[in-house]
This record gives sequence, structure tokens and C-alpha cells, in this order.
Amino acid sequence: MTLALKGVVHRVAGRTHIHQTDLELEAGGFNVLLGTTLAGKTTLMQLMAGLAAPSAGQVWFGGRDVTRVPVQKRNVSMVFQQFINYPNFSVYENIASPLRVAGELDAAVRLRVGKIAELLQLTPFLDRRPAELSGGQQQRTALARALAKDAELVLLDEPLANLDYKLREGLREELPRLFAGRNSTVVYATSEPYEALLLGGSTATLHEGRVTQYGPTGEVYRAPVDLLTAQVFSDPPINVARVEKRGERVALPGGVGWPAPRSLADGDYTVGLRPHHVAPAGAGRGVAVQGRVLIAEITGSESVVHFELDGLTWVSLSRGIHAFPVGESARFELDVARAMYFGADGARVG
Amino acid sequence: MARIRLERVAHSYLASPRREADWALKEIDMEWADGGAYALLGPSGCGKTTLLNIVSGLLQPTSGRILFGERDVTATPPDRRNIAQVFQFPVVYDTMSVHDNLAFPLRNRGMAEAEVRARVRDIAALLDLEPVLGTRATNLSADGKQKISLGRGLARADVNVIMFDEPLTVIDPHLKWRLRSKLKELHQRIGLTMVYVTHDQTEAMTFADQVVVMHEGAVVQVGTPVELFERPRHTFVGHFIGSPGMNILPCEVRDGAARFAGRAVATANAPGAAIGRGGGRAELGVRPEFVRFAADGIPVEVTRVADAGRHRIVEARAGETPIRLLLGEGEAVPADARLGFDPRFTHLYVDGWLAGEATA
Repeated sequence: MTLALKGVVHRVAGRTHIHQTDLELEAGGFNVLLGTTLAGKTTLMQLMAGLAAPSAGQVWFGGRDVTRVPVQKRNVSMVFQQFINYPNFSVYENIASPLRVAGELDAAVRLRVGKIAELLQLTPFLDRRPAELSGGQQQRTALARALAKDAELVLLDEPLANLDYKLREGLREELPRLFAGRNSTVVYATSEPYEALLLGGSTATLHEGRVTQYGPTGEVYRAPVDLLTAQVFSDPPINVARVEKRGERVALPGGVGWPAPRSLADGDYTVGLRPHHVAPAGAGRGVAVQGRVLIAEITGSESVVHFELDGLTWVSLSRGIHAFPVGESARFELDVARAMYFGADGARVG
Repeated sequence: MARIRLERVAHSYLASPRREADWALKEIDMEWADGGAYALLGPSGCGKTTLLNIVSGLLQPTSGRILFGERDVTATPPDRRNIAQVFQFPVVYDTMSVHDNLAFPLRNRGMAEAEVRARVRDIAALLDLEPVLGTRATNLSADGKQKISLGRGLARADVNVIMFDEPLTVIDPHLKWRLRSKLKELHQRIGLTMVYVTHDQTEAMTFADQVVVMHEGAVVQVGTPVELFERPRHTFVGHFIGSPGMNILPCEVRDGAARFAGRAVATANAPGAAIGRGGGRAELGVRPEFVRFAADGIPVEVTRVADAGRHRIVEARAGETPIRLLLGEGEAVPADARLGFDPRFTHLYVDGWLAGEATA
């Protein structure tokens, strides 16, 4: 069912936590709320669930105004970052509990619990109590319980944040598939752009209590409407610099320049260039620059290098693991064909 | 400061271990050079914390010796090993100022106040704590507090090694990389031996010159980040490091060549002479980064393409075997999908271990 926020505002003690928000989430769709800590993701979810009442505006679900309907009377299931389990129940009974409440038959419960347990790698632990499990397993139990019943609205608030990354990798793939065959409208909050991309579906970017953009995930990532959206949707952070466009060229304050896009009028802009469009020299794509390596960060399969160029720090992300000697000079290429340009008000202009 | 050597160290939490699985830490030999930056990396239960506790002296190993330089410290209690430890949760004296927190271990040792002040100033400068020296520790954010824990470790000049046990667990994700880089920078500047325990590959790979990968109580590889990525010694390392992890493809070895999906596949390591004739389970390991669409490659069926922004993750199948590859922006999935592997980074594994290498 379609979930719609109509002019929703949330204020607490005179402070506005959610600014006026209009958002219509696709029925049965997988929706991501992307924003940093304190951007308002959790508050927005509480408003969606009915755990918090909006100070102004309405919440509609399936064509019905549910603004005043308490959470117990809505068919909502929720998973929060801090998981909660029934300590005296076995893992099996924890997962089965919402099905029991719904009056499901034993055989149906067994089938459903078995399937969910398999998916979340909990099968060997079904007879144990939560206290006998590792933190990760306890979190998976809570997740399994939320997934057991067919709720119309499923709210997942950073559910994988406390899991180790290998498990997260698997679940990130499985979750959208799990919901693909069901009618639940899913809202998934995360602070990680990469996670949002892999989850797919639609994404709403959130910054300081405002939704900056909502649309198909890949589209929001590739065609952000403004600088804030581009910044929220970039990890490592998108490279941002002032540029001046005069005639046929745009130039950074230090003098490094390149041919200007035709659509751009003369003037000052902010240029945004994603870290993977700044590559260690070699591909021969874009403007070659020489920078001093400040920091080299190595993930399992990518290298992130921070370097200084004319007093500004740039970040490069490249595939594979490369050794970059800190403090030394290295060559990079700015793939300026991929650059985004923003006007003084932050709106995307090119 | 000292070189640290572990000689045939093993540990079981049971009184009389019998089976292989009874050992939390299987016998290991290892040497950590003076001034090196090491990471112990592995999933929970792999034995990394056991190993850390043995080095710090919180745990007596069931067998083996620990040497700091030439000195056998196996029976030396933790407080006499001159080790600084930074734990998951910052340990700070909330009511004291940041300055007094840093000064605490020095005053404890009876250092003259003028010297204490100078030393605290140096440490604060290293950790960017100067602006908050007068602030009460309780008013600091989690990362600030963790810097104090770290600073107290650094304050003492007589420390043999600083050990970090998952030090970034409580730090906000957006601040993690700053602290991670700070630790690295710190190591480069002060040159003290540091051992960093984590389950997070990015923390390990970013911090350490040498990463010790552990799995089920054993060390499966010790190597630089580049080595772990390009030449995993064990399929576990290939899987655990990298996201997505290495493709592990069941294969045959015939006439001295690895064969997969009915074709010979060139590998970086030569199959040993001993294998191929009923000798162990053979697998090919190749990371998604080193798989390409190739017109003359192995025919596959593409089952899913996930858009990860900077690249797409393609999931394909050769028969029943799933294979992943990465596709750059603008690269297309061909209609007749066939895959080729970069032979420089395609390895043959036998029973999980890189063929031609002695097992641990």
C-alpha cells in the first residue's frame, strides 16, 4: 500500500526535527532513507509507524488517513538498530511469536520459521535462548521475527549497522529479494551510500530534517538535483571545490583548469567530483594533476587516497589495493567529464 | 621497546584439550619487529583476542613462550610487561580534565611535575587534544575520549608495545576514518610497536604494515594488504578480505593444468606435481576485480546485475557455479556473456591452501 506524508512537520520543544515533508512511497516498493546520523531518519520512521505524531500534516496509508491511528492498530513491523528479543523464549519461539499472535497454524509456523531461519543463518540455533547467542546472532533473531509476519509496512532502521561486514554483505543482497515477492512497503534507513545503492529500489536523501530528493536509487545517485544530495549520497565524501568559469574554461583557484561545459554561463560555481572519478594516473582520462599524499586508506578491495592539491584536499578511490607512500608526491587524473556544477544556492546547473 | 616473539604458543580454555577444536589458539610461531604496525584480523571466535591477551599477560598460554627481546615474559604479570592497552570502550576518569587524565600514569610513576607538563603537551599535540586540555573528560565525544585512552598509553616512554582491541567500535562511522588515519600517522611518527585487533578489514588494512589473518584458532596468512588482496594463501583470506570476496570455483587438475567448465584455465601458481591424482579438493580462486567479459571465454548466464554506483556487481553462473565480476561505469553486459580470468591473479587452491605452498 502507498504510504504518503502530506505536509508533515515534527517539532519537539520548539525545535523542528522534520521540516515540512511531502513524500509518497511506492506501494510494495523497497525504499531507502539515506542520511547521516541525526539527519532525521529515525524520526521520519517513527512518524511513518505512528510511534510519533506529526506537529502538522498527515500520514496516509493505502488511501486512508492514519495520522491518529496508534501503532498497535497498524499492520507495521519494525526493526531498530538496537535489537530486542524475548529472553525466555527460544530463538524458534522468538521468530514464531508474531505468527502465534496472528493465530497461524503450527505447520504454517514451522514452515515460515524454517525458511526465515535458513535465510538468516539461524537454523543451528533455533533451540537456544537469545542470551546464548553472539550479538550478531541476537540481531539476526530480531530481524527474523520482524520478517516472519507479512506486515503491510516494514520499517528497518539501520538493521545491519551492528553486524560484521561479511554477514551484512549477504543480508544486503538477500533483503530486497526477500521482499520482492511480497506486498509489504519497506522503508530502510541507512547512513551508508554504498548500502543504499546495493539495496536498490527508491531512495530519499535526508539532510537536517529535510528530504532533499526522492526517486529511483541509481537516478538520485547519478543525477542529484543539488549539492546536498550529492554530498549525502557519496562515500567517501564527494570532492568539492570553488571554480571560476570564464569563456571556454573552468579553473580551480590554484590554476588547474579544463574546457568548460557549453551550458555553463560565466561565473563562480562549486564543482563536485566523486572520488572514483579521481584516479591514480594511468587511465589517461581527464586532467592530470600532481598531489601530495596525506592519507591512504585501504578497504578489502579498494584504495582511498587523500591528497593535497593547491591547498585543497582531494580524495581518490580506485579499485584494487595499491600502496601509496604518505607524504610523497603522486600523480592523479581528474575525470572532469563526470564533474557536476552547482550554483550559489546549491542547485545543480551542469 | 622490543621485538616480540611467540614460540610455539598454543592455548586451550579446557583443562585437558583432546580434539583439534578444543584449542582456541592452535600452535603458532610469530615475530613482531620492533616498531612495526600489525593487525590481528578475523571473525569473532577466530582466536585473535586470545592471542592479544597472551601477549599482554592477561592469559597464560597452555604451551609455548613469549619473548620481549631476549627476555622470557611468559610468566610475567601484565603490569610488569610495560604494555599500553586501548580497549573497545574508552577508559577515562570522567571528573578529571583531559590534562589530568593524560598526566595520571606519569604522576603515578612519580615523574616531576614540570616533566609531566611537557610530556602531556607533546601527547596532546600529537592527538589534536590541545584545545580541550582544560576540559573535563566527561564533556568529550566518544572519539575524544578514545583519544584520551590512547594518549595515556602514549604518555609513558617505557612502553614495549601498544595494543588496540577493537578501538573504534563505539566511534561514529563518520569519525572512524579520521581516527583510523590518526593512528596510522601516529605510528609513523613515534615508531612504537603497535598491535591492532579487529574484525574489520578496512581498519586492519589501513592501519597495519603486516596483517595477521586468523581463522578457527590458526594463522592463515601474514602479509601486506597488497599480498592479501593479490595472492591470498588460503581461500578463507580470499573470501574474508574484499567485498565482494574472491570467487572460489571447484575445478579439476588434469595433465598439470587446472580445468574449469571444460576448459584449461591459466593460473599464477603451477599445480604441484603431487596433486591431481586423488590428492585433495582443487579450487580456483579469482577475485571479481580480475574477471572480465571476454569473447573467447567461458560461457555463462548472467543472473543479476547490482548497481553499486562506482561499479556494477554482475552475478553470473557457469553451470551451477556462481561467479561474480565487477563492471566499470559505461561498460555493457554482452548478449553472449563469456568470462575470462586474469591469469596473474588466478590461483589454484588445494584443500583451501594455495597450491605449491606449505600449509601452516
